[in-house]
Amino acid sequence: MPVITYLEAIRQALFDEMAADERVFVMGEDIGAYGGAFKVTEGLLERFGAQRVIDSPISEAAIVGSAIGASYMGMRPVCEVQFIDFIASAFDMLTNYAATSRYRNGAAVPLVVRGPCGGGVSGGPFHSVNPESFFLNTPGLKMVEPSNAYDAKGLLKAAIRDDDPVLYFEHKFLYRRIKDEVPDEDYIVPIGKAAVRREGSDLSIITFGAMTHTALEAAKQLEQDGVQTEVLDLRSLAPLDKEAILASAAKTSRVILLHEATRTGGIGGELAAIIAEEAFEYLDAPLVRVASADAPVPYAPSLEAAFLPNVDKVVGAAKKLVAY
Amino acid sequence: MRDSPSDALSVDQLKEMFYFAVLARHVEERLVILFRQSKVVGGLYRSLGQEGESVATAYALDRTDAVLPLIRNMGALMTMGVRPLEIFRQYMAKGTGNSRGRDLNVHLVHMPAWIGGGPDAQEPVIVGPISMLGDSIPVAAGIAMGARMRGRSLVAMAWIGDGATSTGAFHEGLNFAAVQKVPLVVVAEDNKYAYSTPIAKQMAIAHIDERAAAYGIPHEMVDGNDMLAVYDVAKRMVDRARAGGGAALLGVDTMRMQGHAQHDDMRYVPKAMVEEWTARDPIVRFRRTLMDRGAASEKDLDEIDRLAKSYAAEEADLAAAEPAPDPADVTRGVYAGDEFMRPRVEFVPRPTAHSPQPKA
Repeated sequence: MPVITYLEAIRQALFDEMAADERVFVMGEDIGAYGGAFKVTEGLLERFGAQRVIDSPISEAAIVGSAIGASYMGMRPVCEVQFIDFIASAFDMLTNYAATSRYRNGAAVPLVVRGPCGGGVSGGPFHSVNPESFFLNTPGLKMVEPSNAYDAKGLLKAAIRDDDPVLYFEHKFLYRRIKDEVPDEDYIVPIGKAAVRREGSDLSIITFGAMTHTALEAAKQLEQDGVQTEVLDLRSLAPLDKEAILASAAKTSRVILLHEATRTGGIGGELAAIIAEEAFEYLDAPLVRVASADAPVPYAPSLEAAFLPNVDKVVGAAKKLVAY
Repeated sequence: MRDSPSDALSVDQLKEMFYFAVLARHVEERLVILFRQSKVVGGLYRSLGQEGESVATAYALDRTDAVLPLIRNMGALMTMGVRPLEIFRQYMAKGTGNSRGRDLNVHLVHMPAWIGGGPDAQEPVIVGPISMLGDSIPVAAGIAMGARMRGRSLVAMAWIGDGATSTGAFHEGLNFAAVQKVPLVVVAEDNKYAYSTPIAKQMAIAHIDERAAAYGIPHEMVDGNDMLAVYDVAKRMVDRARAGGGAALLGVDTMRMQGHAQHDDMRYVPKAMVEEWTARDPIVRFRRTLMDRGAASEKDLDEIDRLAKSYAAEEADLAAAEPAPDPADVTRGVYAGDEFMRPRVEFVPRPTAHSPQPKA
């Protein structure tokens, strides 16, 4: 099976879906001749032409708003937000318009909004955020974030074929660092299904995206101390795979909720609530969140390192939890 | 002088325009009665004084085009053939309504069957507003672009009030439409007030159509209470858009003759202004135009008015008897997977001059 990068897997999904379905088109800033700020859409313009690879003005509300309109006409737009931080400029279009459309009048909005999220690259406050919790409280939206190339391709294909609006977060730290086996043949990774990346009996780390790799690295270190860590990669953030979350909590009775977005109001709180409400009797220790510090994302490498979760922070939290 | 598109309107078409305008007014007057009986859930927003421009702009479209009306475009909905029953159901939050009680008033949506691969019926696309009114403009641009991608000869028309032209979404949408040269006509209504805020606090330009100047698209101001003048400009813009000429903006000079909603007594509006605009009522003026042209007699027009009034009353009674939504359905239709919500409204055929609506 070919080994490709996370970024190439996203591009393959776009090529495949555009080739398979003439309703699919892409739109965003600098995505045509330039191929996108990270070159995700490189080659699409040559292959599919300017009618289906649309260079937009710097205008996120117009990108998402016009995508809503096009999706009403039966098209399947895939919008690129150059850095996912800029999705805030389309917040109204996504939350008030797209998310409510089906509930209000039954008008489906089958669009995808994708873009690079996450820190670790000294992007500073406006090129680094993880925005999932901004949208978690908005019924009608779906959200996914892959941690590897196989899921990157399969989740994007699933998102494009989905009949609801899907936010697809791609972690820029993983773009070229992560490579794995990705089939050429058509497949999808279903939205709403988590994946156990490592089995364990003493402790669960529930996480997603780039933090999946942090969790796996921490699990390796913990194993040297005899701690068997389970790592659950959520893959979908809305809807959450409650069954997998509760199963892992029930299995290990000790749970760390790990995410890269800031701590207060982050998705870890929702995960903790689900477990507390539905698996309370299985728990042997308090639920623990490991997340970024409650601050804007800082620029200097020393500050960003202090801000982000890392292997040491996870191992430290795990050791305390196991000793509880 | 070049020929005006309105010169080509037949007597039946002129009477039809009159019918749609008076029907819009009677539907709203019936809504006022229902409001006073506490049968309207929430606010009631009148388009009094704006029926003429709403009808005359929409009348420039085909019934297979797309409309994105606002609360003060009841006339456009009537012109596109929406059955008044659908409006009453919406205002009374009935479970039978287009939004099944989930959303308000003219927030209704219709998607023709061709979009999903079904038959090509003579139905318009209708996308009612959300309360962030400026959002309609980028969505309208996308409808026009998406329909073009599907190979349809569809023109989108979106109405926007002076207040909503101050939003970012309006400007982003208009710029996008201009750059993409999509077949979109935006009708920007200067109706003098956005809630209580006069237009002078909304924009520093002299005329609302100048909003479009920055985007390099044609724009023109018209007397919004002169239905044929409005039709003439709208028809030229629609024809141009359909021929591939791109987006345009029609500025409409009119007046909102009631408060923002029924609770608002509009005491911030000078009395003289109300009197001045009352004398310019678009329906009264159109009546005179039709009689001056010899297109209809006073008796003909009285008869159309009477039929529209009784039709509105019948439709209101039908809707009033319908059930409220079932609370058990509160979370249905948030996501795909059940067929609970359907973006469809009922249409009525075009009226003939002497029997505006066929009896069921």
